[in-house]
Amino acid sequence: MALIRAILSRLAGTAVTLIGVAVIVFVVIRVVPGNPIAMMLPPGATEDDIARLTARYGFDKSIPEQFVIWAQGVFQGDFGTSITARQPVLDLVLGRLPATLELSLLALAIAVTAGGTMAVLGTLWRGTPAEGAVDVAAGMSLSVPDFLWGLVLILLFGVIWPVFQISGRVSPALDLPFTTNFYLIESVLRLRFDITRDLLAHMILPSLALAIPLAAIIAQLLKQSLKEVMHLDYATLARTKGYSETHVILREALPNAILPTLTLVGVQFTFLIGGTVIIERLFSYEGLGNMAIDAVINRDLPLIQGIVILFAVLFTAVNLMVDLTYAALNPRLRHG
Amino acid sequence: MGNLRLILPGIWLSVLVVAAVFAPWLAPHDPLAQDLFLGRMPPVWVAGAEPGYWLGTDSLGRDVLSRMMFAGRIALVVAVVAGTCACLVGATLGVLAGFLRGWVDMVISRLVDIWMAFPPVLFAILLVAVLGPGLWTIVIAVVVIDWTRFARVVRAEAMAQGAMDYVASAQVAGRTRGATMMAEILPNVAPTILVLLTLEMGIAVIVEAILSFVNLSISTDDPTWGGMIAEGRTSIHQAGGCWCSRWQRFS
Repeated sequence: MALIRAILSRLAGTAVTLIGVAVIVFVVIRVVPGNPIAMMLPPGATEDDIARLTARYGFDKSIPEQFVIWAQGVFQGDFGTSITARQPVLDLVLGRLPATLELSLLALAIAVTAGGTMAVLGTLWRGTPAEGAVDVAAGMSLSVPDFLWGLVLILLFGVIWPVFQISGRVSPALDLPFTTNFYLIESVLRLRFDITRDLLAHMILPSLALAIPLAAIIAQLLKQSLKEVMHLDYATLARTKGYSETHVILREALPNAILPTLTLVGVQFTFLIGGTVIIERLFSYEGLGNMAIDAVINRDLPLIQGIVILFAVLFTAVNLMVDLTYAALNPRLRHG
Repeated sequence: MGNLRLILPGIWLSVLVVAAVFAPWLAPHDPLAQDLFLGRMPPVWVAGAEPGYWLGTDSLGRDVLSRMMFAGRIALVVAVVAGTCACLVGATLGVLAGFLRGWVDMVISRLVDIWMAFPPVLFAILLVAVLGPGLWTIVIAVVVIDWTRFARVVRAEAMAQGAMDYVASAQVAGRTRGATMMAEILPNVAPTILVLLTLEMGIAVIVEAILSFVNLSISTDDPTWGGMIAEGRTSIHQAGGCWCSRWQRFS
């Protein structure tokens, strides 16, 4: 019962947050100097034309009035029409969402695998110089942000030793027989591994840039938690039973040490999604973030609004899932 | 080993700061002077370099070393001013929320929640688009997006300190809540704030680089690290030199 009440109050909080985001972004982008309509018309347009088109997009009304009209549309699944692309915002945004999701999830998978491996190896080698090497590697990876990792990777694997693609999502020459925009997933499902390879060659560098700092955080925290439980009685008991050190770490220590890391990964995953904005720009990857920056530069107000809100929904959804997972895994919270 | 880990970055940081502060006297060339006959020269240790241009030149024949030194000035100003302002705003709100609790805490925490739901880079780019390009816009953008970092941590810290016995005893001794906050809570959260501030300065430099990179910060002629990276990137895509990007890494 307590859990259900906690979930309900959490959902209400999420709704308030999303409304807050919508209001702030709505007001902020409307105080931008420069009429977005005047920018989209050719230079010869008359005042009359500008006024008519401004009225059609509703920009002649007051900001609260515009907000009410926009909010009414949102409840009917209508997020307005993009000024530059002249298509429904919802279609544009949902069309790009799979690209960003695939990139973020690939980065998350890399970060968890690499960070987890580093933590386990560091624990296995504790007290040796190899452990120091793991610590230094994690510390260094952590001190460089994703944006700079992107540049380093472009330089290393795009210029000096060009084995990967540094721009775009897929080679334009490829014919894509896909019905969804989840190219990576669909190429695997349709067994078109030639396309999977091409996609991965494009995605590996941007996802690495996003993954390296997160992998370092995971390695540091998980190693710390593992070290703490390795001294406990049940670990010693397993050791006296004759289990190997690797078995003790993976089977006995890991399940008990993983909770703080899981929480942290959830929180950090939202930062990672936020990081896709600039990483996608850096690698000319056709995802949401790249579209967002174009939308800001072109003053495409309805599109900016749609993208920011979609990001906010993603963030709050991830946070909500983290809280629920935490409640499910932690008995103290479940009965609290 | 521990000493070396402290001294080496310290020396490197001092070199960067000195180079940035004294750029007008130290820089070998005018960072804006173009020489179209000397475009895209490599650094001195590569064959075919032009003497006097230590790190080579960019596509317009401007000296990369001089531009980096002048760009460092902007990075330095952003780091110090924006970092300090974000710290002041965030820490104040954090202490207020963490110590006073009640409705103050509710309002501030809700604001932080809303802020955390924005993608930070996109938010910064939006702000710069709204306020128009310029050095002070970047400072404002950094403060607006990053005050939450201080507010969250300081709030938690102030809450923990507020539960301590010495705070209760100060209250019993007849101090007002405001006086307790200034005299007891603030000195005890100060170390946390200081650590966050040093981190924030690094973040501010990166945000500045990102904003210049997407071409939204200072006027395009003035050198910034991010702008130079963007230019170097274009050159890479034109299969040209990559000296700009390569050098940026070390900064």
